[in-house]
Amino acid sequence: MTTDHPAQAAPGPASGLVLPQYERPAGVHPPLDSPDYRSTGLRHPKEPLVLLPHLLTEVTGPVLGDGRVTKDDADLTQWDGGEALGQRIVVRGRVLDSDGRAVPDTLVEIWQANAGGRYRHLRDQWPAPLDPHFNGVGRVVSDSLGRYEFTTIKPGAYPWKNHHNAWRPAHIHFSLFGRAFTQRLVTQMYFEDDPLFFQDPIFNSIPDEKARQGLISRFDYEATQPEWALAFSWDIVLRGSGATYFETEDVDADDE
Amino acid sequence: MPTTSDGRPGLTASQTVGPYLAIGLTWEHGEEAVDPGTPGAVTVSGTLYDGEGVPIPDGMVEIWQAHPDGRFHHPDDPRGVAEAPPGFRGFARAQTVDGGRWSVLTLVPGAVPGPDGTTQAPHLDLSVFARGLLDRVVTRVYFPEHAGVAGPGGHAEDRVLAAVPAHRRHTLVAQQVDGGYRFDIRLQGENETVFFDI
Ligand SMILES: [Fe+3]
Repeated sequence: MTTDHPAQAAPGPASGLVLPQYERPAGVHPPLDSPDYRSTGLRHPKEPLVLLPHLLTEVTGPVLGDGRVTKDDADLTQWDGGEALGQRIVVRGRVLDSDGRAVPDTLVEIWQANAGGRYRHLRDQWPAPLDPHFNGVGRVVSDSLGRYEFTTIKPGAYPWKNHHNAWRPAHIHFSLFGRAFTQRLVTQMYFEDDPLFFQDPIFNSIPDEKARQGLISRFDYEATQPEWALAFSWDIVLRGSGATYFETEDVDADDE
Repeated sequence: MPTTSDGRPGLTASQTVGPYLAIGLTWEHGEEAVDPGTPGAVTVSGTLYDGEGVPIPDGMVEIWQAHPDGRFHHPDDPRGVAEAPPGFRGFARAQTVDGGRWSVLTLVPGAVPGPDGTTQAPHLDLSVFARGLLDRVVTRVYFPEHAGVAGPGGHAEDRVLAAVPAHRRHTLVAQQVDGGYRFDIRLQGENETVFFDI
């Protein structure tokens, strides 16, 4: 079987084997040692990281999806025989790589607090009510153009004791696999104009302003569903080869 | 979506998995890279520790690895897409519950081609996620029975191990225990596990 990767000439990664190579991002991801986020203190490695070449184990990855996902997993607003409280929203976008190519057939997992900012988890004990009809878990597999879509409710902000009067801005946790071990990503999606950004050390741990803004979804009036749901769009970009490549297909057309 | 100065899509930044990862990342049988009862199935388990040696109860470990014959069920393996042995997935995720302990069930992988005609010793790629980790950290698990093997498939020929300072290499080698292997992970401090820039 052939690969559709632009065979970036990887100088002899394996004798006779040409493997795709992935870019190594600099300045995009937060430093593991981010003192304003106190829990990083005892959990960041202090020894230097050792460079891992992108060999066979790194350029491959699990093919997950169909067995792990049912159609209902895309809709978080119905659970245990009833409807979740809160503002119903559609969250949608594309999974791309940094070469501009769609990442199809990849598992996208999300989890989030309810409209009142409470997680359905034993350790979340702050006095906001649990919603009996919201469990806060969603899963989809991106389609052939890399698109994903969830229906959920807008999560609330919540306090978390990192510093005095600390509140997390509203966010949805995302987990993605991409097609290779190198592309694995866990992140959070935020909402425009959240007044809590200024004091959040997790959002602000990202050193680059543009990269930070990249975690903020865009209100998408065109994707709203009349008499039903507001909509937010958010594209997720996984590591590519670093080579410039653009799809000929104009898949953004229905997106703008 | 932000773009870079040369017009390419800007990478999405990582964020912590947070303390409530169990809500979204729990799978039935997620810790099984191979079906229980499969001949040759072994557990790889250990404890995840912080810089004070305190077990971390809100972390997650994921493994990815080759089949026992050293091949992958993946289109980017230039040797071709290999069918996995029955019941084998090559991937597992386990939460560190119960005092920071995690455990996965798998098959020992085969040796894998490496750079310049060398062979990589059998290994698992392993990611650690946790509250307080703003990005995953990545390590590799090697197996003690391949340590003394001379030539292909042994630790001595493995270029990735060779790039690790000799006095730290032991942190990448699991210990043999009843039913499988033990691989403790220390995020920081004495005997800190070697983590890779991937
Ligand atoms: Fe959260």
